[in-house]
Amino acid sequence: MRQREALKMILIYFAATLISSWILVPLLLIIVSAFAVPQDYYNIEKPFPTQFTLDNVNTLLFVLGAWRSILNSILVAAMTIVLSFLLGLPAGYSLARYVFRGKDSFKLFIIGLRMFPMLVLAIPLVVIYLRLGLADTLLGVALAHTAMALPFVVLITSSIFAGIPVDFEEAGQVFGLTRAESFLKITMPLALPGLSAAAIFVFIMSWNEVFIASVLTLVNRTLPADILVSALAAPDPLKFAAGFIMVLPAMLFVLMARKYLVQVWGITIR
Amino acid sequence: MVEVRLENLVKRFGKVTAVDHINLTIKDGEFIVLLGPSGCGKTTTLRLISGLERPDKGRVYFGDRDVTYLPPRERNISMVFQSYAVWPHMTVYDNIAFPMKIKKMPDDEIKKKVEWAAELLRIEELLDRYPHQLSGGQKQRVAVARAIVVEPDVLLMDEPLSNLDALLRVLMRSELKKLQRKLKVTTIYVTHDQVEAMVMADRIAVMNEGKLMQVGTPEEVYAKPANVFVAGFIGSPRMNFFEARVEGGVLEASGFKIEIPENAPFYSRNFGDVLVGIRPEDIHVLDRGLPPGVVPAILEGVVDFIEPLGSDTILHLKLGDTTLLVKIPGAYKAEIGSRIKVALNLAKMHFFDKKSEKALL
Repeated sequence: MRQREALKMILIYFAATLISSWILVPLLLIIVSAFAVPQDYYNIEKPFPTQFTLDNVNTLLFVLGAWRSILNSILVAAMTIVLSFLLGLPAGYSLARYVFRGKDSFKLFIIGLRMFPMLVLAIPLVVIYLRLGLADTLLGVALAHTAMALPFVVLITSSIFAGIPVDFEEAGQVFGLTRAESFLKITMPLALPGLSAAAIFVFIMSWNEVFIASVLTLVNRTLPADILVSALAAPDPLKFAAGFIMVLPAMLFVLMARKYLVQVWGITIR
Repeated sequence: MVEVRLENLVKRFGKVTAVDHINLTIKDGEFIVLLGPSGCGKTTTLRLISGLERPDKGRVYFGDRDVTYLPPRERNISMVFQSYAVWPHMTVYDNIAFPMKIKKMPDDEIKKKVEWAAELLRIEELLDRYPHQLSGGQKQRVAVARAIVVEPDVLLMDEPLSNLDALLRVLMRSELKKLQRKLKVTTIYVTHDQVEAMVMADRIAVMNEGKLMQVGTPEEVYAKPANVFVAGFIGSPRMNFFEARVEGGVLEASGFKIEIPENAPFYSRNFGDVLVGIRPEDIHVLDRGLPPGVVPAILEGVVDFIEPLGSDTILHLKLGDTTLLVKIPGAYKAEIGSRIKVALNLAKMHFFDKKSEKALL
């Protein structure tokens, strides 16, 4: 019996190690190569570089001007967060708080939006954007990203609000608040951890999105679009530096928001 | 402190009429309990009074003020929720102080009032804690403290004790009642627990299917139920009901017959076919002797089942086709299948119209 338990543990650890290596080893390679001195990187006899430098990141950011596209990416992501929450939060709140006809179909419809392949939408979108003067603007990219993020925002916020008993809000109303005040002073503070996790999620989504950003912009490129075009022609260490910068926010996000993410999804399951 | 008047209140949810033409006046300073089974509309009535819900028809008055369409915050009410609704992101102190902060009362006055309420409810040492560090009973006290600091005109309580364990519930119900006496605030209390209602209420309003079945003091509602529903809902074990024909000085039921004596309250009444009700405690076993004031009708039945409860014994007695429950104080020994003589107290017998189910006496 005891042996079987031990065997089970060994198997579990083995599987866990395998799965995490699958994710972590490439990550490690990216980070190591990003900071490796090119001589070490290209040296066939050195499987693992020993000398490190910030030159690669430096070149990418300032010589190739990636800092500008990082700024663009941040701006687009920020706009995406603002827009998608402006639209998605009220929708999520109503889904959580009110009963109305067609609520379930509406939810399904929202998820259904995610089935549309961006590839199909890209060309018509460019045409429309050219007419509206939105082509090659950050707002244009942000709008497209908002469309992508909105279903997530609606569903996640609705499950966050559903997890906050309506009694808290009603108690606020009884004790002197208006409905709006009650929402802002009672429900929002309680929802904030979940909402910030959702916001970071949207940020990552926008930060990582390549296709739409590449199609819709020419000069005002976001980071992934910029990397796709310029860094791919650059030497390998620069590619890895780009990869490192791309992956950094996502990693920070997971480290910070792990706790809240579990909460968000936990509520969804409930 | 104010009188609350409900006039023809109607609230529908889709096809369901949750509150069906309720008329009720709650006196200034009164403790009234809305009592009924779940889904009877008592909580909806409370929410209409609070302003959290708006009626489809009818009016709500606080004194002379028509508050029917006023939002909750303009009614000067407070409420204790079933879930307590103690805000989790605030300390106990802030929870209690919050209603006063909204009213922009000066800080030192707020502090004084919080301390007053905390002392009254014995939660002084909890003021710095967060709700997740409190037990259910403590949260309940915080909710009550928050409700009384604002000196409301009307205090609303929605099953505030239903989430507490039995022991604490018994303790809190007397404490809440004492508190209400001290504060003299008009209180509307919702519960499905008839014992709670009997113990706490100045008057009980019994509701069923959105309608008001009877309003009266606990004694009235118990002794003179206005209809079959109230008679059956109040009292434990439930009142015995059986069909009978009362005519020409004789009560004839399926399986037994009673000659009505002259000192019975319904002597000379010809009800015809009626539903008869008698409480288990108004049937006495003869071998224990009869208490004074009983108008006995002596019958013999067969013991079908015995429930010894410690403080009482419940006897299931078969009289022909009719089974009557008999509540005997203390322990009682009897063989199942044996024959026992009992006295039905005719002075405490209830008669209901079979169709309308309304009391006839």
